[in-house]
Amino acid sequence: MFFLFVSTGCILLAGAGALIVGANPKICSVWSSLLSLLAAIAGVIPCIQVLLSGETLLYGTAWEIPHATFSLCLDPLAAFFLVPILGLGLLTAVFGTEYLAHEHANLRAAWFCFHLLWASMILVVLAADGLLFMVAWEITVLSSFFLVIMGEHNPEKLRAGWVYLVASHLGAAFLLIMFLLLARDTGSLAFASFSQAAQLPLAGKNLLFLLAIIGFGTKAGFIPLHIWLPEAHPAAPSHVSALMSGVMIKTGIYGLIRTLFFLGNPEWWWGWTLLLIGLSSGILGVLFALAQHDLKRLLAYHSVENIGIIAIGLGFGLIGLSSQNAIVATLGLAGGLLHVLNHAVFKGLLFLGAGSVLVQTGTRDIDSLGGLLKKMPATGFTFLVGCISISGLPPFNGFVSEFLIYMSAFHAVLYGATSLNTPGLLIILGLSLIGGLAAACFVKAFSVVFLGNPRTKAAAGARESGMAMLLPMSILAALCLIIAVASPWLMEIPARVLQGHPQLAAGTDFTGIFKPAIQSMKLVTAGSVALIALLGLVIFIRRSLLSNREIGSTVTWGCGYAKPTAAMQYTGSSFAQPLTTLFSSILCTTSHVSGVDGYFPKAGSFSSHTNDLFEKKLFSPFFRLIESNLHRVVWIQNGVVQLSVLFIAITLLLLLILGLA
Amino acid sequence: MTTFIHPLLALIFAPLLRGIINKTKAFFAGRQGPPLLQTYYDISKLLRKGAVYSQTTSWVFLSGPLAGLAISILCLFFLPFGNISACVSFQGDLILVIYLLGLLRFFTVLAAMDTGSAFEGMGASREMTFSALAEPTMLFGLAAIARKVHSFSLTPMIHDITPQIWETGAPTLALVISGLFLVFLAENSRIPVDDPTTHLELTMIHEVMILDHSGVDLGFIEYASSLKMWILGSILVGLAVPVRTGHLAIDILATLAGMVILAIFIGCTESTMARFRLRLVPQLLVGACVFSIIGFLIQ
Repeated sequence: MFFLFVSTGCILLAGAGALIVGANPKICSVWSSLLSLLAAIAGVIPCIQVLLSGETLLYGTAWEIPHATFSLCLDPLAAFFLVPILGLGLLTAVFGTEYLAHEHANLRAAWFCFHLLWASMILVVLAADGLLFMVAWEITVLSSFFLVIMGEHNPEKLRAGWVYLVASHLGAAFLLIMFLLLARDTGSLAFASFSQAAQLPLAGKNLLFLLAIIGFGTKAGFIPLHIWLPEAHPAAPSHVSALMSGVMIKTGIYGLIRTLFFLGNPEWWWGWTLLLIGLSSGILGVLFALAQHDLKRLLAYHSVENIGIIAIGLGFGLIGLSSQNAIVATLGLAGGLLHVLNHAVFKGLLFLGAGSVLVQTGTRDIDSLGGLLKKMPATGFTFLVGCISISGLPPFNGFVSEFLIYMSAFHAVLYGATSLNTPGLLIILGLSLIGGLAAACFVKAFSVVFLGNPRTKAAAGARESGMAMLLPMSILAALCLIIAVASPWLMEIPARVLQGHPQLAAGTDFTGIFKPAIQSMKLVTAGSVALIALLGLVIFIRRSLLSNREIGSTVTWGCGYAKPTAAMQYTGSSFAQPLTTLFSSILCTTSHVSGVDGYFPKAGSFSSHTNDLFEKKLFSPFFRLIESNLHRVVWIQNGVVQLSVLFIAITLLLLLILGLA
Repeated sequence: MTTFIHPLLALIFAPLLRGIINKTKAFFAGRQGPPLLQTYYDISKLLRKGAVYSQTTSWVFLSGPLAGLAISILCLFFLPFGNISACVSFQGDLILVIYLLGLLRFFTVLAAMDTGSAFEGMGASREMTFSALAEPTMLFGLAAIARKVHSFSLTPMIHDITPQIWETGAPTLALVISGLFLVFLAENSRIPVDDPTTHLELTMIHEVMILDHSGVDLGFIEYASSLKMWILGSILVGLAVPVRTGHLAIDILATLAGMVILAIFIGCTESTMARFRLRLVPQLLVGACVFSIIGFLIQ
């Protein structure tokens, strides 16, 4: 615990220091990076200790606030989420030192909010008291809100911040009710007493589950509660987007798993709910991503997709638990958990890559980029690694977690009870569709941004970013491969985490269950190594064949057309067009064409836009309805003080009467 | 030693399949047709040439053929050949194989996009669209078979497709095989999805993506796509030809004969059908998926 205090202290110190020395960007960067490094190292020590030994570290002290204690708890579940928070926090802090120098941001406020966000996320995961959790949760929301709206003021940014703030607080309201209900039924706000919730009557548990799904799902970005994600992620500075998408939305997943641990044996429909949410988030997330032209918005929709994959794993694990199938349950849950870690790595990498591109070219519009691989080779290479990982392709880490979920689904279909067959089949169908579409989307993103010829002057003039930005990206790209290769030896960790669930705690033979999976994963690893070796061999053959032969260089073959221009290349929109047309009933893409027609045609133009279906069809009408009806109650607030006092008096009187009765 | 038979057979005989298809097509058209070994001649000629690269391209363009060849060779080690076991087999290897083919496609498409040509972009976009629809069919069809034989590793799965299984589960197997056959046609860019003989039309998919590759690289691509046809073909034939005598030579010959019949069958399909319009292709692939689903449900 001591190390964790050191860690959090360092982060807060870095934040406070930035407020004081912020005027000088150089000192500020060095100060913040060094303290971040110290914080990450100090924080990871107890996490590794807890994950390896499976013990739980506790800390508690009295708090002046009634009914609450300042208690912290580092168990394997918390440690599992804390490691990516610390790691990605450090890397984004280093990245930010150079990134923020390019953005005209208020350095003091930016660093203060960043470190506050980071420290509050650590506190969210450590908190072992309902009130403390909500306080930390709120600080997370507020600090990231300020980071989202920071920078030059444009209406888009403010709107993004506004949507984010409203969505977060609506979600938090559900959480508040959940914690209050838990406290009423178990007698205290401490997490230790919440574990009695497993004995509550069914109706109460069902209600708590629904509240958790809505409250935590808003943070995590479950469809249809995701609408703040594609707004807030593009608006925030890129290193903050990486932190928000990589780990902040995972605090929602953390909260959900924590609540599931409280609630004990799941009902059969809980898993189904989570599974269906996961499938729809996964498929719709990737479809909406396909239709985007804004690189960071595209990545934000992919966060929705990956949260969907995590939810698929967790939901299927719950179905396994409720039908007493320990193998399906542990494999599904372990797949979901591993995907939490993997997504933090590759999504962090991709957002940092997008930040690097944004800094060098000044645009997030993929259709005005192109040919950046030659100008920014390191950014391009690491971004490619991220693209392969997030598409779930071997040999990188995205494949490993999807592989585990597949194993669980195939196991259910082959050997499981009839009730497990249908969800297993849905997962096989859903995951393979998501995989194919994600690959299409990332081929589009990578190739339009990095390959071909530059489409604009901004793209042509790009240069490689500096070391402070490239180093974090290289580390994350290396981690994509390392996690994949090391995964068979990492399976101890999800086993430790899952032991926290009351149904799995006693007598679950994790070693026995994971053994076949680990066997397969080892051979997958061997396959990855063999792939790299074969690639080396093929490269060698090519090189020896081509030695001493003539290698020519010419223009791209345009089927006889002699004057190709960069504008004739396939754009992101045209690349995605067959798929967006196929799913046009969901995407509702609107396009504006002014054609080249008439006798004296002017320049034509084409633009297309895909609004979020749920925002347009669900939330906007809902809020409009509320707004249009608010005038009916506006007479209450008429500004006359006497009337306000009268209302207070009447309320008091009513309460008195109620109390006496 | 027997485990290395399949990779060896594939590496030697894969280009022959195309020769058989072309001979069949020539027979239907009443032509002499290219020699049976034409693909071998083509590849060896290409491997003896230099190469020409577009100035637009980067190392990604080179990685397409290299990754394609390495991945298709790797896949061979996970595949059984009829009754002959794969070199490596484990629970879930079919997922790895399908995802490795996804990686192959990823790099082929990136290489096409690297040229900056609108033609190749068009092919790339179509390839990703159709494969996104084909992938679920493949996994689902194999899941149906996996359930039938209670294993989701390719070697025991194919090994257990015995005449008895065919007697009890013929409808399922037939439906899954038809679904997988349609995917086979789409993945190997055959009629009715794609036309392998046209190079310069706006309708094709695979051929247009490799327009800018030349020399050694093109040779690698041709060889890799022969291997890819062999990979998917050996799964199909493994399911369709239930000869499991345990006698090495008979098993190998039966499966090889199955591969030849598959090639002739493709030749017949291509000679008697026209290519579909592009907007019909998604319907075809969804139809293939429906085949697998029904195949799963009726068992």
